[in-house]
Parts: sequence; C-alpha cells; structure tokens
Amino acid sequence: MSDTHAQTVAFVRETQIPPSPPPVTEAGAVKWVRENLFSGVFNTVLTLVAIYFVARFAVFVFPWFYNGVWEASSRKECLDILDGATGACFAVLVDRWDHLVFGFKYPPDGYWRILVAFILLVVAAAPALFASLPRKLLFFTAFYPFLAFWLIWGGSLWFPLTILGLIIATVLVFRLISAQIPVNFRQIVSAVIGGICGIGLAYLLFIGAKELVFIANSVGTEGAIATIAYGVFWVMAVFAFVFCVPMGIFVGYAIYNSFEDGGLVSIVASLLFAYVAFSFLLAPIWMALNSVVPIELEAVASRDMGGFMLNMLLGTICVSLSVPLGILLALGRQSPMPLIKGVCVVFIEFIRGVPLITLLFVANVMLAYFLPPESNFDLILRVIIMITLFSAAYIAEVIRGGLAALPKGQYEAADSLGLNYNQATRLIILPQALKISIPGIVNVAVGLFKDTTLVSIISMFDLVGMIRGPIQNSTEWTSVYWEVYGFGALLFFVVCYSISQYSQWLERQLNTSHH
Amino acid sequence: MKKSVFLGALTVAGIVAGGASAATLDEVKARGKLNCGVTTGVPGFAEPDASGVWQGFDVAVCRAVAAAVLGDGNAVEFVPTTGKTRFTALASGEIDLLARNTTWTFSRDVDLKFEFIGVNYYDGQGFMVPKELGVASAKDLDGATVCIQTGTTTELNLADFFRANNISYEPVPIETGAEAVQQYIAGACDVYTTDASALAAQRANFEDPTAHVLLPEIISKEPLGPLVRHGDNEWADIARWTLNALISAEELNVTSVNLEELSAGTENPEINRLLGTEGELGSMLGLDAGWAKAALGVAGNYGEIFEQNIGAATPIGLARGLNAQWTDGGLIYSPPFR
Repeated sequence: MSDTHAQTVAFVRETQIPPSPPPVTEAGAVKWVRENLFSGVFNTVLTLVAIYFVARFAVFVFPWFYNGVWEASSRKECLDILDGATGACFAVLVDRWDHLVFGFKYPPDGYWRILVAFILLVVAAAPALFASLPRKLLFFTAFYPFLAFWLIWGGSLWFPLTILGLIIATVLVFRLISAQIPVNFRQIVSAVIGGICGIGLAYLLFIGAKELVFIANSVGTEGAIATIAYGVFWVMAVFAFVFCVPMGIFVGYAIYNSFEDGGLVSIVASLLFAYVAFSFLLAPIWMALNSVVPIELEAVASRDMGGFMLNMLLGTICVSLSVPLGILLALGRQSPMPLIKGVCVVFIEFIRGVPLITLLFVANVMLAYFLPPESNFDLILRVIIMITLFSAAYIAEVIRGGLAALPKGQYEAADSLGLNYNQATRLIILPQALKISIPGIVNVAVGLFKDTTLVSIISMFDLVGMIRGPIQNSTEWTSVYWEVYGFGALLFFVVCYSISQYSQWLERQLNTSHH
Repeated sequence: MKKSVFLGALTVAGIVAGGASAATLDEVKARGKLNCGVTTGVPGFAEPDASGVWQGFDVAVCRAVAAAVLGDGNAVEFVPTTGKTRFTALASGEIDLLARNTTWTFSRDVDLKFEFIGVNYYDGQGFMVPKELGVASAKDLDGATVCIQTGTTTELNLADFFRANNISYEPVPIETGAEAVQQYIAGACDVYTTDASALAAQRANFEDPTAHVLLPEIISKEPLGPLVRHGDNEWADIARWTLNALISAEELNVTSVNLEELSAGTENPEINRLLGTEGELGSMLGLDAGWAKAALGVAGNYGEIFEQNIGAATPIGLARGLNAQWTDGGLIYSPPFR
C-alpha cells in the first residue's frame, strides 16, 4: 500500500471485517424449508396438505405399531389383550414365522440347510456381481448350484457331484474332438459318429412312423375332428416312412463331412456322450459312490418347499437361467440364418403373447393330462421351466434393444479386425450391448421376482400362498390381513430395492463413455 | 409308453380321455401313500396347524381312507387345491381322492365324470349382514352388493335365488374366503354369502361378532362330500364304505375309547362285521379284515371327528343340526354293514 491518500482519508481499515452470519432466513434448516417447502403459494398449499395427510396417517399407524401384540396364540387372544384399543396383532408373525419363511412342510431340523444355502448364495453371487473380487471365486460360483441343490433338496451329495462330473466330461469330449486330435484321426471319428447318427435317425423315424400309424388307428374315423386327426397322423406317418433312410444318409454324411473344422462332429459327439452318460452312467456311479462313502441329508420333496424360500428359489434360479437363454434368443433373432431366426422370433412372440398365469396353469394342470399318470415330473421343475421361458423372452427383447443401439461401425470394425462371429460377439458386441441393457434386464428381473408370487394361484404355498391359504384360513388367524401382507411387502421390498441399488451402482461402474 | 402317447394323441384330437387307470388301489399300495386333494385352507375343515400338520373335518376323511388301505393314517400326501384346480387334479390322476367340501351336484357327478362317495356334511347357503343394516330377511336385499366366491355353487345359487324372487343385486366377485371377509368388513359389500358353516366360522373371529347377523334363509342344499374319478368302482367302494364305517360306528357307539375292547368280539353281529371279527367284508373290498378298525383308530367315529374339528366346543362352534345321526333326527345315515 502507498501513502498516497494518507492525508486525504481520515481512516483506512487495515484488517478485514469478520464475516457476519447470514440472515436467519438464508441459512440452515430455515433456508431449506423456505426453498423446498414454502417457495410459493402453490408449494405452500401442497406442503400443508401433505403434512395433514402424513399426520393423519401417523396418528392412525403409530398406535397400531406401538400397541402391537407380539405374544398371543390366536387372533381372539390378541383382541382380548388389546381390549378395544387399536393395535396390530404381530403375534401371527411370531407364531407362523417358520411357515412364512420356509413353508409349513419343510422339516424344521433342516432349516439350517436353507440358511447355509442362502449365505453361500451371497458368497457365490459376489464374484459375478463385483468385478473387483478375485476371479478364482468364480469356480465356487460354478460349483454352487450343485451344492445348493444338495442342501435344499437333500439326498446324497454324490448325485449332484456326479452330474457335475459328467458335465465336465462332456465338455472335455467336446474340446478333445474339436481341437486336440489330428485331422486324419478326426476323420475316422466323424465317419463312426456320422454312421451311428445316420442309422439311429433312420431307425427313430421308422419307429415314429409305426407309432403314428398306431395313433391314427387308435383315433379312428368317428366324427369330423377324429377324421382330420386320423388323416394328419397318416400323412405324418407316410412322410416319416419315406424320408427315414434319405434323412439318415443326409445327416450322417453332413456329420462326416464336418471333420475338417470339427464343429458339427464335436457338438454331435459330445451330445451323444452326454446322452449315454446321463441315461446309463449317472445312477450307477452316484449310487456306487454313495455306498462307499455315504454323505446324505434327509431328502425333501419339491412339494414341501414353501414360504419366502420358494420365492427366493424360483427368483434366483429363473433369473440366472433366463439371462443366458435371453442372450441366445436375442442373438438368434439377429441371425442371418432363416431357420434359427424363425424359431427365435416365433418363440419370443408366442411367449410374450401369453400371460404368465396361463403358462403356469398349463404347467400345473394341463401337463398332467399329457404325461403318463405314474410319471412324477416335478411341479417346481415345471414351474421353473415356464417362468424361465417367460422371462427369457422378455430379456431377449431387452438385449435386442441393446444390440440395435450399437452403431453399425462397431460390427464393421470387428469384421475389419478379422474377428470371426464368436470372437466379435464375445469381445466387441455383447459387452457393449449388455451394458446398455442393464436397466432393462434389472427391470425384468425385479418383475420376475415379484411374479413368482403368482404360483400361489396354482396352489403352491409361496409367501403369498402361505398367507392366503393356511394362515388366513386357520382357526386361530382368520381376519388377520395388514400384519401378514405388510410383512410380505417388506420382504419383497428389501430384495427388490437391493437389486435396483446394485444395478445403479453397476451402471456407474461401467460408465466408460465419460460424457 | 404307448399308452402315454395314445392319451396325448387323444387329447390333441379333442377327445377327453376318461379313466386314466383302472386299479387305483394297487397304485396307492405301491406308492405307500394316498394322494388326497384338500383345500388351501378352510377353518375347521382343512388347515395346517402351527407345526405344519393338516387338521380338519375333511382331512379326517383322507386319513381314515389312508388308514383303511395302508394301515397308517399319516400315509397321506395332502395336495392343496383351489376351487379352480380341484377337478383337473382329480381327473388327471394327480390325486386319488378329493375331500374338499365339494357340493354334490348333478353336473359334477355326471358331466365331469366323478363319483361322489357320500355326504360328510350337509350344508346350505346363508347370508350375513351387519346388524346396523336392519335387514331381517334375504328378500329385503333388493339392490344390495353381495360378496361371493367365484367358481363355486354359491355363485349360481345366488343368481337363482335373486331371480326367483325378482330382486336385483350387484355381485362383488372374490377368490378366497379370507378375502371375502376382508371386503365385507371393509364395507365393500353389504352382504356376504357362502355356506352357513363357513359364515359361522368366520364370524367367530370378527372383532365384534355380535354386530353381524345371519339371515334366517338358507337358500340352497349343499351336500358336501368326498369324490373320486369315474371308472374305478373298486376304489370308489373303498372310499364310500370307509366313510360309511365312520358313520355306522357312531350309530353303533363304537368310539376311539372302546374300539380295542369291542374289536375283541361283542354280542352285536354288526359291530363284529364292521370291526372284522366276523364275516369277510374286508376281503370283499380287497383290504385286511381290520380295515374299518384302522380307519376308526385315527380319530374315532364320525361324531368324534365332528366334535373335535367343528363341533360346539371348538372356535367354529357348529351344532350338529342336519348332520346328526338319523336316529337323532338328522340326515347322517349309513347303509348296513352286511
């Protein structure tokens, strides 16, 4: 500073005035309230109306919670304890807790198995959900379904382990034939497998033709519908009979002919191996292993699954199966090959055109007419198949949206790098398409999880079925509504909200575009 | 294999395949369990208790049949069915016996091809209204909204009743009994109608049961009974005579208390025939001589089952009424064991 004004100015301030606090109306809670709740006439009115309703709700709900009865053996006893006061009867949750969570038929000394399976589910899902965890944990994820099956359904541990072993063996057969063996040896293998398949197919068609004739004759020609069916079956029989040998030769030769790149023959060979292994080796192997080292849990029938566990079971299995299936369907729908494309389009459009509840009814009651009476094709398995197919069709359309959103240049760039279809899809296309599709997939997954409660309509006792059926219709707990449905809503909210939070976190993680 | 393909083909051709299998008895014996269809829950009639064991009046029939056939009242796989799935479950062979308070009607017996094996509860459709409505008769219900379960005979009876009396109503369709009660209490409908037994059972759990009245009109006959498929008369006989054994036992004063004592032999030849110490009734059915004794050993005779599950001492609190023995002026009557 200079002395220029030293004579003309009486006082020069040399230190800064300490800042005074902002006015009360411009700071802290008051500011927030002013800006957010009372920033205008309209907002003020809205705020007052909202406060009125919240207060009324609280006045109604608070005593209901506060007076809640936790210990009683029936609704009558609850009412007696409350003695006219407003109050919830949470005793129903205490009394029927096991039923709500595990269903009423799961053996109580096996509850720990469900809990262990659930905790391990978190461990198994973690590496798939969080990329920062060591990749080696994915081995446990792959192993988990077999372990969980054993924990939940019981029986011998060797049964799922043998299945796992045979799946690994099948993959090994595939890799052996497709890449590991020299071409001239593969030519011999192709000839043998082509021959087996050709003869087998011809024989199957021949048997089929005979069966069709038998069916046609059983249907007979009485009445218009039967006559039409009779004709259709006969035409099919004639076709099968005429084409059995040419089809066998054609397919056999096609398999033999693929020996150079090994694609078709290795697929067919591994399928053949899997068929033989699962129909002839599975039972003897696991039974033998079990007789040597018996590791068994008490077996629980599928019909005995229930409660929230059933919802979690259906939700987890169906989501994890329907995402890969949905990816395949989406890719198939984009395929230039008309047959594959046609099958995928028809499948997706058919499933999307039918309500889930219809599919569940088909699974529950209609299939029983088609299957022989003594077959016990598991009800849960039927339901899992139907829900998986249903959600796979939706996920396929979501992923197709992601594929369509990719610029054409990405496909062309992959081609110009010399990548083949598999490499381009795996390395360039899917990672980008799936990233775009995350919100949609999560949307379907959350919807699917909630849709699992529809199984209550086909008299399975999931959480909602348990509430609607045995609990509300028991002598002790008729007329209990808010407590049980509120509890159900809470459980579903916790799971669905976690899923949606995870997906938002994942989107932030994958946000590589840096807009 | 041939049979399954054949059945599938028949269904495809639009022809209903009836009588999937002939020998239900052999199947049940081979399986070691009776597959019995019950409700997903009706208080007193079928409900799993807090430890997950099915209890109730209909459940007792299942257990009695299982005991007669397999000697063990617990050898039952209870298959819960809804009003919509119950008949397909029975027709498709998923269950061997349906004991699910099902009304015996002409079309169910003849058109749906089932065989009702008797009546274990005579019910009738009644109305419940709030007392403050001041209605004394169902004929005063012109213009009322009525809560009604869909897919049941009550729905059809209601339409018939209002049409016959030339008054109008507005139905509020509802899926389960519990939902109907909730709607009724919440005031979504003025009247709740279903079988009188269920009305009484549900009213017992209201916050204030005295604020609701049951109207005097009973507008229908609802003979509730267990049923089996057409086409296997041997199996139908076993189920029918097991139910009759429970009923006869009450008439003959055979109870769970004196069962052991009486099965050593008595002066009364009918008791002896029933309990298998005389005659060959068991082998005529293809069962052991002690089949009826086993059935009675589960929970006693018809009267004991009634009192234990839905009788006056239970929260359901139903009087015997029409369901008293014929000797006491009721309709419960079994043909003789001879």
